[in-house]
Amino acid sequence: MRIALFITCFNDTMFPSTGRAVTELLERLGHTVEFPQGQTCCGQMHFNTGYRREALPMVRRFTEVFAGYDAVVTPSGSCAGMVRDHHRAVAARYGDDGLTEAVEQVVPMVYELSELLVDVLGVTDVGAYFPHRVTYHPTCHSLRMLRVGDRPLRLLRAVRGIDLVELPAAESCCGFGGTFALKNADVSNAMLADKVRHVLDTGSEFLTAGDNSCLTHIGGGLSRLRTGVGTLHLAEILASTEGDAQ
Amino acid sequence: MSGADNVVWLGTPAFPEAARGALADTRLRANLRRATGTIRDKRLAVAAELEDWEELRETAAAIKRHTLRHLDHHLLRLEKAVTAAGGTVHWAADAAEANRIVTGLVEATGEGEVVKVKSMATQEIGLNEALAEAGIRAYETDLAELIVQLGGDRPSHILVPAIHRGRSEIREIFRRQMGQWGRPAPEGLTDDPRDLAEAARLHLREKFLRAKVAVSGANFAAADTGTVVVVESEGNGRMCLTLPETLITVMGIEKVLPSFADLDVFLQLLPRSSTGERMNPYTSLWTGVTEGDGPQDFHLVLLDNGRTATLADEVGRQALNCIRCSACLNVCPVYERTGGHAYGSVYPGPIGAVLTPQLVGVENAASLPFASTLCGACYDACPVKINIPEVLAHLRAEAVEAGRRDRLLPTTEALAMKAAAAVLSSPKRLATAQRIAALGARLVARDGRIGFLPGPLARWSATRDAPAPARESMRAWWRRTRTTRRDESRTTAEGKEAR
Repeated sequence: MRIALFITCFNDTMFPSTGRAVTELLERLGHTVEFPQGQTCCGQMHFNTGYRREALPMVRRFTEVFAGYDAVVTPSGSCAGMVRDHHRAVAARYGDDGLTEAVEQVVPMVYELSELLVDVLGVTDVGAYFPHRVTYHPTCHSLRMLRVGDRPLRLLRAVRGIDLVELPAAESCCGFGGTFALKNADVSNAMLADKVRHVLDTGSEFLTAGDNSCLTHIGGGLSRLRTGVGTLHLAEILASTEGDAQ
Repeated sequence: MSGADNVVWLGTPAFPEAARGALADTRLRANLRRATGTIRDKRLAVAAELEDWEELRETAAAIKRHTLRHLDHHLLRLEKAVTAAGGTVHWAADAAEANRIVTGLVEATGEGEVVKVKSMATQEIGLNEALAEAGIRAYETDLAELIVQLGGDRPSHILVPAIHRGRSEIREIFRRQMGQWGRPAPEGLTDDPRDLAEAARLHLREKFLRAKVAVSGANFAAADTGTVVVVESEGNGRMCLTLPETLITVMGIEKVLPSFADLDVFLQLLPRSSTGERMNPYTSLWTGVTEGDGPQDFHLVLLDNGRTATLADEVGRQALNCIRCSACLNVCPVYERTGGHAYGSVYPGPIGAVLTPQLVGVENAASLPFASTLCGACYDACPVKINIPEVLAHLRAEAVEAGRRDRLLPTTEALAMKAAAAVLSSPKRLATAQRIAALGARLVARDGRIGFLPGPLARWSATRDAPAPARESMRAWWRRTRTTRRDESRTTAEGKEAR
């Protein structure tokens, strides 16, 4: 399968390791990964902060760049959710009929990583090896926008050597919410404190999730408190093999 | 907006500031955690009992959508049916008009006091204050509303307005205040919930037996029969609805249902979503006036107060589906931590954050649409499927637009967003920004972590470390390791600037 990787602007800049992991993983499973260099951003930050008009060029670019692939994969639940739930609305409101039509073509091809693996490629055991104690945080948008359900957990359970521990109150938001973390920093912190407490309660070495933005938030708290608990994107665990020295 | 209007409380700071105080209130945090946690689990358990829960939600949303689309028609049907059954219907465009109508009706009876059934609509219009100005005393009879009224307080939850109070606080309020309003609290009152309920029972009983006029809200009204419905837990509402001679009901126009049969759907959804009960203890239904049974004079005041304007908004109108169950408050991670007062409105929580700005104009409650992480827990819990995150994001855009209209110069945020949009819509500019960020990070990062960020980003770094931008971005890595000469031309074409 010819799969285009939409890395997302945030991962591109901050977490290229996640993009490399997705590439390695999909190639290991026998697929061709392409990275269109014209890609930038899904427009989520602008859309969710009230700057919808500004999101239009990003929607347009995404639609042009990712047209024509068998599938588009992104290692971010919230960016996949933005494309799936809101690109149509931006195109219809601020774009033109041509763009709206093009968006309709591309949107059904866009998958979050766990969706692509389980639903499209039909695998849960990706041959990974990760001998560590890990807990999984289901991010809000993957859970309640995309409805990925237990797909990420099924993928994790099949990882060899992993000691997967359930996170208490897992489905509670970590308090990130994009610009919410700045606009309502105090409430955001109150939510983060509980999430950090729950992560620590599991005694895990690593916290994983399908979105580096949430992981940056929780990880920022874990790091500030010098807990020693690491954060790692789901893709990086799934890409790990016996040969890796983690 | 009239001074008595309570949709937004004048003088309340914007949400982030109001929330700061609430977050530091240890007792409030403990009360909220306990109360929302308990009700959350109960709701999940009883909703799971119904196999057709999702279909019920879907049906309820469809009924509401249909009703709102033909609201004028159904309201006229309701007026006709209520009138035919011996009631009188009044139309109020705003809070001031509704207050004038109710005050006039009470004055016409010659009475100086009324008993009240718990009602959001009368809270919204500030009826108690308006009646007080006319020398009429309004007694709240819902236990939690009584606690709020005696405490000189404001409601902080739609269903449980005194959710911010613990039982020892309630005992103090009863001991100090009951005597000012009527029968004092019994000697030696403890903070045992049974004792507190008994004190309220004794205090309220004399009011029920004396009252000649009652004021209520309405959960539903069936347009075909003219039947009005009040759903409650304590029986105090039933007292008010049956004992007095005159009953005045103030109802938001969106509460009408096309048919009595529609109650089948809503009476399954409401109690399970609100109190986590299969059925609420008291459901009172009345159709106009019945000779020799209950109030002989019935008035229904239909309240607009911003609802028609809300209806005009294609995205925002779904907020009018709300049946005031408060499930969204109980599941909201923000509400759970701040409580209701921080929202500065009679309608707090997620539904308040979408309803209040629409009722009063987004420029008058501009911080509320941003008082959410858009986590979506509210949408999942909503029995009438209001897509609250969708409306929140929509209202954020409205708030930004309103800000643009009101200013000559753009805000710092608007400028930053514009700059970000320029970078993020061009791969070339993004790549340049990534190189600059990586260079900058080398100066400030330690062990790949940044502990201090400048400007507004300091609000992040005050409590959280930030990762350093990668030395080599994904696109740079791909270009270095994966691009062959043949791909290069393709890549360049794709990467070509639009402008």
